[in-house]
Amino acid sequence: MTDLNAIIAIAYRDFIKLLRDPVRLVSSLVLPLLFIGILGGSLQANMGRAVGYNLLVFTFTGILAQTLFQSTALGVISLIEDRENDFSQEIFVSPISRYSIVFGKILGESLVALPQGGAIVLFGLVVGVPFTGENVLLLVPVAIAVCLLGGAFGVILMANLGSQRSANQIFPFLMLPQFFLAGIFTPIRILPVYLEVLSRISPLRYGVDLTRAVFYAGTSDYEKVVLAGVGFNSAVLAGLFAVFLTAGTVLFVRSERNR
Amino acid sequence: MPPIIDVAHLVKRYKKADRNAVDDISFAVAPGEFFTLLGPNGAGKTTTISILTTTLAPTAGTVRIAGYDAVQAASAVRRNVGIIFQNPSLDVNLTAEENVRFHAILYGLYPFRPTFRTMPRAYQDAIHELARILDIDEAIFKPIKTFSGGMKRKLEILRSLIHQPQVLFLDEPTAGLDPMSRRGLWEYLTRVRAERGTTIFLTTHYLEEAEGADTICIINKGKIVSYGTPAKVKAELVEEYLLVDAGDRSRLRAELRARGLTFAETPLFKIYLNGDSVQTIIKAIDTPLTLLQTHTPSLEDAYLSIVGEP
Repeated sequence: MTDLNAIIAIAYRDFIKLLRDPVRLVSSLVLPLLFIGILGGSLQANMGRAVGYNLLVFTFTGILAQTLFQSTALGVISLIEDRENDFSQEIFVSPISRYSIVFGKILGESLVALPQGGAIVLFGLVVGVPFTGENVLLLVPVAIAVCLLGGAFGVILMANLGSQRSANQIFPFLMLPQFFLAGIFTPIRILPVYLEVLSRISPLRYGVDLTRAVFYAGTSDYEKVVLAGVGFNSAVLAGLFAVFLTAGTVLFVRSERNR
Repeated sequence: MPPIIDVAHLVKRYKKADRNAVDDISFAVAPGEFFTLLGPNGAGKTTTISILTTTLAPTAGTVRIAGYDAVQAASAVRRNVGIIFQNPSLDVNLTAEENVRFHAILYGLYPFRPTFRTMPRAYQDAIHELARILDIDEAIFKPIKTFSGGMKRKLEILRSLIHQPQVLFLDEPTAGLDPMSRRGLWEYLTRVRAERGTTIFLTTHYLEEAEGADTICIINKGKIVSYGTPAKVKAELVEEYLLVDAGDRSRLRAELRARGLTFAETPLFKIYLNGDSVQTIIKAIDTPLTLLQTHTPSLEDAYLSIVGEP
């Protein structure tokens, strides 16, 4: 019971920090909105007809998932630096389990990422992405699942990186290829074998595809855009989450104590 | 009474390090004691306190806190200790009350509630009491950005005491505080000890902070170089003597021998005090002196001379 309360407290603290620092929320939206507005818009104008479906909508769904994933992952990685500063030191010497700390942090960073996702959806409405109320409702659990995956991805990275500096250097190398391998704004239905392999081991691929599977459900573009169904993607997400979280936490605690 | 902190043959060697940061140290702290780990920067103080507070695994040796093994029962140890870190551990984006509230929830004292008003009555009373002690009233609901350095330290101590730890660890708590705040903090800590009987484990490189302790343990390069009450440490470290000379050295020499005084000729005469007062010794000497100097270094001088060498 203590641990449950502690998890909520850790998560709530991250959320409060976001509310008290609205500039952070706004600045975190700049890049996703540029990608959707400019990249998505120009892709659609130039190549939309050739691929046979709307590339602005395609980019929008991709960026939505990518933003949720990346924001949560980066937030969790910040624990590396935080544990020597401010309140995080307190968290690490409290009697709650290390799993609770890591899980609370993932939840907290998810709470930070979700408002960003909400803003991206609003922007999508503005630029003409076709939405139904049902779409939005169904995207909520999907968004949460993608955040949790991103958070767990952050944990496994954090466990293997000694310092914030190395994390900042390595993270782009792990994230940028996934922009393409997960098909955020470029279709990946057909890929050469070696890219196919890399794509299938990119965790973000399953988050993006789940988002699209839900968003495009019941539309004529579903077959052209979605790679696997909701069931398959959800199962992969759940599996990756469990493995990343468990292995990541064990490794993180070990590397922490055995310095 | 069994010791509340029991450290035996503790060794820590960091990965890729070529020497031990903590090198086979052993000591025990009795319940209610004020224990100081004193040493220069890099002596191994923070390493020791990190192992004692379970955030770092030892390479060898055992540590027991409040009867629990720091490796096997880390969670039980954490429940029984409070820690004031070298770096401030308050969240500047939160109010003072929120900082305290999250701490209380992490230690399982109260269930999570999103606001102060929805917290249990007992908690609200505790907060009002805390604000009274800090003499800040409504500022307890303000972001701690507005607090002074000394005030923040006090708040951290108050926060760390709300789960009633048996041992309070303070890792160089006065670093960065002005002399006024430092004194205020010490007065406050002294009161805490008197009222609650909390064991205090302090690391510092300020000697004057150590002088008020029950026990001082001086470490340098990972090893204990002196251990005991401040008086004992002082007696061990400080060499007090009179430096004298006379026109008739052979008479002086004979007289010192006759009086049973310990001395060395350098060729000036170094007469060791050995607990006697300067006056007693001078009174005992009739030979006319041509030189008289007292050498009674402070504990600080002695401390610097043992930790000072590179």
